[in-house]
Amino acid sequence: MALLVVCAVVPALNLLVPKDSLFHLSDYAVGLLGKIMCYAICALAMDLIWGYTGILSLGHGVFFALGGYAMGMYLMRQIGTDGNYKSSLPDFMVFLDWKTLPWHWTLSDSFAATLFLVVALPGLVAFVFGYFAFRSRIKGVYFSIITQALTFAAMLLFFRNETGFGGNNGFTDFKRILNVAIATPGMRMLLFVLTGVTLLAFLLLGRWLVTAKFGRVLQAVRDAETRVMFSGYNPIGYKLTIWTISAMMCGVAGALYVPQVGIINPSEMSPANSIEIAIWAAVGGRATLIGPIIGAFVVNGAKSWLTVAYPEYWLYFLGALFIGVTLFLPQGIVGLAKMLKGASK
Amino acid sequence: MTPDLMEQGARRVEAHRAAQADRAGQTESGGREAGFSRLHTPGAVDVAHGRILYLEDVSVSFDGFKAINNLSLDIAPGELRCIIGPNGAGKTTMMDIITGKTRPDAGRVFFGSTIDLLRFTEPEIAQLGIGRKFQKPTVFEQLTVFENLELALKTNKAVLASMFFRLDSVQADRLGEVLHTIHLADSVSRLAGNLSHGQKQWLEIGMLLMQDPKLLLLDEPVAGMTDEETERTAELFLSLKGRHSLMVVEHDMSFINTISDLVTVLCEGSVLAQGTLAQVQADERVIEVYLGR
Repeated sequence: MALLVVCAVVPALNLLVPKDSLFHLSDYAVGLLGKIMCYAICALAMDLIWGYTGILSLGHGVFFALGGYAMGMYLMRQIGTDGNYKSSLPDFMVFLDWKTLPWHWTLSDSFAATLFLVVALPGLVAFVFGYFAFRSRIKGVYFSIITQALTFAAMLLFFRNETGFGGNNGFTDFKRILNVAIATPGMRMLLFVLTGVTLLAFLLLGRWLVTAKFGRVLQAVRDAETRVMFSGYNPIGYKLTIWTISAMMCGVAGALYVPQVGIINPSEMSPANSIEIAIWAAVGGRATLIGPIIGAFVVNGAKSWLTVAYPEYWLYFLGALFIGVTLFLPQGIVGLAKMLKGASK
Repeated sequence: MTPDLMEQGARRVEAHRAAQADRAGQTESGGREAGFSRLHTPGAVDVAHGRILYLEDVSVSFDGFKAINNLSLDIAPGELRCIIGPNGAGKTTMMDIITGKTRPDAGRVFFGSTIDLLRFTEPEIAQLGIGRKFQKPTVFEQLTVFENLELALKTNKAVLASMFFRLDSVQADRLGEVLHTIHLADSVSRLAGNLSHGQKQWLEIGMLLMQDPKLLLLDEPVAGMTDEETERTAELFLSLKGRHSLMVVEHDMSFINTISDLVTVLCEGSVLAQGTLAQVQADERVIEVYLGR
């Protein structure tokens, strides 16, 4: 509910309240909040697979980036001939002296196809990867390590110029979306509200999933997978379903992130990014749905303040936070709040 | 067909009927004929031959160690069979093979006359009607007693079905009945992780009952229970006998004495002796493996 309020109040404060007022929200703050809401979607997706099902993925960044790249390709095509080289091809292709669009850019002219790819691409990669991993009964830390390797391999692949994703620069310099200029305040607000609504919708979807018997089977898989099997459930189907849903959510988050931030490059797939998603979920409180969203806001809020105030200490702080939460607050912030509530009674 | 041939045939049928009447009740199938024209329902357990579980010459070895060595064993429908044996005799491995957790190197395992268990995975075997209780009580600790039983309930266990699952009144009644049977009616909304050891054992047995299995495999069901709890468990098992087939692995001899009619002694992966508890306890070989030579 607080999310709905944020969706309504933030645009009002930014657009309607005069610039010199105390209550005016700067464009920077709106951009930051929008970005954090995308992260919150990732944290929520992580919670479904880690908090509820007990499968720690250290590769969710790859799904986020895939969604982001799918959207980025569309935005690159929307630049049209307004790029630096005035060519109908994206600038980096001109730079590489390519004459035609590579085959995998075929669908990038269509917005509808892009929306489809944003969901389908991460979903497909997750499904294929998950099918083999879960069928081979890869579990626990081994699974985490493989996902970490997956995102690292993907990053190296996207870094290469010849794969046609703009190399280490990625995509940037977007001009418009659906033929509407992307940098106007109105468009920024639209994207912001869209992100908020998506986050809320995913939260409701997540709640529906975990309160159904499906969600209890997931928790059962986390607690005692053999018992689940001997109760007649095939855990592979359950794990694969939630794993794929989780990846798709991350893909949507990535697609919302790119037009707001204005850039996508392979560093989104760096192993550290994926680990950070897990930290948000852990800090907020696993298996609570709302916890990871709070965690994403707290950690990223702290990050944007600390990286300005004491840039060199951020990573130490992040590490200390993770260790502290793991040791003293296994239930995260939500667990702490519950404990305090219980103590005050 | 000529009249005299028909007459001969009629005579043969009559003679056969007379012979069958004498044998009534003396064979495993109650004197019935081998049913060449019995209807076979796929998935249903065919116990017309008086056996719900056959293990035939099953062998399995782990890194050269023969955990199960040419084991042959069978269980009748409604029977309560106790399995005893020293540590490492292969009792748990045998259960692993029956439930699909371990693949044997050789041998055949049949559920009824028609279902080859070696072709199925663990969840499929559970769905066919074989329930298993582990040595260490295994319940879903973060879920309530109610949710634990609900998950075990026999129903469609596919992903989509679980997303839209609602407990209907028949199932709710069944759940209440089982709650009562396992004496946990007062703890419905407690987390399973907060139960005592004995209560967890019962909850796990309750989960098996919710599955409504035809065959229950119980690995040390009374370990860690108080005397009173053990006694109640014995009563429960005796009430299940007849409706379900049970295979109980135990070390508690007084418990076995209360519930058993037929006891099988396993040793070094094969059957050493079989009979009533008194018979096997008097068996020289059994005394030898238990007391050392």
